[in-house]
Amino acid sequence: MSAKIIGKDDIADLLDTLIKEYEVFAPVKRDNLVVFDRIHSGSEAFLNYTTSMKSPKEILLPQSETLFTYSSTDNAARVEVPSGEERPRLLFGIHPCDARALLFLDRIFNEEEYRDVYYLSRRDAMVVVTLGCIKPKATCFCTSVGGGPFSTEGSDLLLIDMGEEYVVQVVSDKGKGLLENRQFEDAGEDELSLMRKVTEDAEASMAPKLKIDMLKEKLDKMFDDPLWDLLTEKCLSCGVCTYLCPTCYCFDIVDETEDSGGERLRIWDSCQFPLFTLQASGENPRPTSKERYRQRIMHKFSYLVDSTGQIGCVGCGRCVTECPVNLDIRQVLTAISRS
Amino acid sequence: MPDLSSRIREVAEELFRQKEVELIIGFEEGSMPLHSTPCFIRNEQEVERLTWNSFCDNNLATYLVKRPEKVAIIAKGCDARAIVELIKEKQIPREQVVIVGLPCRGMVDRRRIEAELEAHEILEVDEQDDKLTLKGDGFTKALNRDEYLYPCCQACTHRNPGTYDILIGDMVAEKAADQYPDIAEFEAQPPEERWQYISDEVNKCIRCYACRNACPLCYCKECFVDKTRPQWIGKTTDTNDTFIFHIMRAFHLAGRCVECGACERACPMEVDIRKLNRKLAADVKELFGYEAGTSLDQAAPLATFRPDDPEDFMLGV
Repeated sequence: MSAKIIGKDDIADLLDTLIKEYEVFAPVKRDNLVVFDRIHSGSEAFLNYTTSMKSPKEILLPQSETLFTYSSTDNAARVEVPSGEERPRLLFGIHPCDARALLFLDRIFNEEEYRDVYYLSRRDAMVVVTLGCIKPKATCFCTSVGGGPFSTEGSDLLLIDMGEEYVVQVVSDKGKGLLENRQFEDAGEDELSLMRKVTEDAEASMAPKLKIDMLKEKLDKMFDDPLWDLLTEKCLSCGVCTYLCPTCYCFDIVDETEDSGGERLRIWDSCQFPLFTLQASGENPRPTSKERYRQRIMHKFSYLVDSTGQIGCVGCGRCVTECPVNLDIRQVLTAISRS
Repeated sequence: MPDLSSRIREVAEELFRQKEVELIIGFEEGSMPLHSTPCFIRNEQEVERLTWNSFCDNNLATYLVKRPEKVAIIAKGCDARAIVELIKEKQIPREQVVIVGLPCRGMVDRRRIEAELEAHEILEVDEQDDKLTLKGDGFTKALNRDEYLYPCCQACTHRNPGTYDILIGDMVAEKAADQYPDIAEFEAQPPEERWQYISDEVNKCIRCYACRNACPLCYCKECFVDKTRPQWIGKTTDTNDTFIFHIMRAFHLAGRCVECGACERACPMEVDIRKLNRKLAADVKELFGYEAGTSLDQAAPLATFRPDDPEDFMLGV
């Protein structure tokens, strides 16, 4: 299907019709922040944003979810698993970095040996509509890790902002399905040529790529290098980087019981928390922020490359802008590559 | 903000030359506009990195806990108070710290500036005296720094370090003692409104614990949140569990919190964390006549028993 045009004024109406068929999640404004939430009317969507604070991963992996509930009576125990989703989900208005992150999460939660039913109940049949980045931020580094401001990876439809209207690129059959039965004009040569200019300008405006060609090779040889002490000294192990990161997926499982019943919950965990590797003996192989931050870098840029073939980072820049001590991953990666 | 960077570097160089300290913790330029970042230097060659501007907001006292070496540390008023409490709580001996005090005119709230400029990304900042000139793609904007201070800096009544070994810069005028007018105003609201506000704030929390980690006085090796046998509180973002986390953390900080605002700045969701801390600070001041970090000699009221401690609540008066 060729590219289409949708007027900005028509987006709210389009979302209203989509809301009838899908559970629609879109960026919304909450005070000063942009976060992703379920919307019930198209006018709630806020699309004029660069980065959201929280990534859309919580739509697939909520901060806490019930795996099952349990209760006991006199002579029996009951375990109940929550029922699956009723309607497919539509994730509308995420940026290409966050869409690439979904593909990455698929490598963890949807692979041959392990298919996570909770993740899949939301992921299967999910449709993703992305917003190209016409104004990448100075802190965005998607192009340094294999992505780009108009990447179509993980996307079903890509919207490119042309001012009064969007050019809509159809990426997949699912995306095509969204547009079927709706009357949208084909994008003409003028619009496509303006789109090319907008995308070229955006790509040219991005900060130069990080010089990290030999990063994995360096990382694999420097586990005990004293450079880690210098690089990580200011880290507070606060966990903000992992919570906001669209590709971080580590979780903890806890049982919360009251009287004779309770629930087993999966909750977000972070390798930056001291408890993450605390052993029953009291021994902790990652006792300080140095070992934990090293783990973050090694996991994303070496171990995950070995196990999934992909870097575990999409260059969204949230960890850069939100770190309370301005520990900049771009500086860390560059220092390692240069060492 | 007066340009004290060169004076700081001179002091640092002298400290190393005299072999007074093995480490100096200060600030250096950040990787983005409106940011400075903590800096650890160990020799004279590195002193050029040290800087001082309106973005040196971190409370560096958090890096002092159980340090083995002798260390000099850049301290604003709030930081110096935190250091005093850490010394009293035996987290670092007094002799091991050289407090380099800097009177502070408040730090600039970058989130507020960024929110005002909305989609316009700031690419460069220039600071001259009171003026901040912000530049981005196709725009320049000048602001008065004093109109954009963090809320904690606006309320601050301890801008000058109370305890220090070396002082850099002139003392600044202090505001009159804090009467906590915001707390009085909040307390005057009906309970339903107060609960609505607190639960709205608490519902923003994602339980990342950045507030806890950024706080210089939260240094427990095992936090109550992490206790599992028995479990103290739930770990989800359920309103009640999250509220209990914030209330308990506030109580653990009663009489110890120095209102530096590190918690609020670290919070990615912009939760109003300090409200509970300020209420407890007001209470401690009223009940015990004590303000955290203002004296190395005054015993911490919640760690000390005195026969004349207020007991109205027990006697039902």
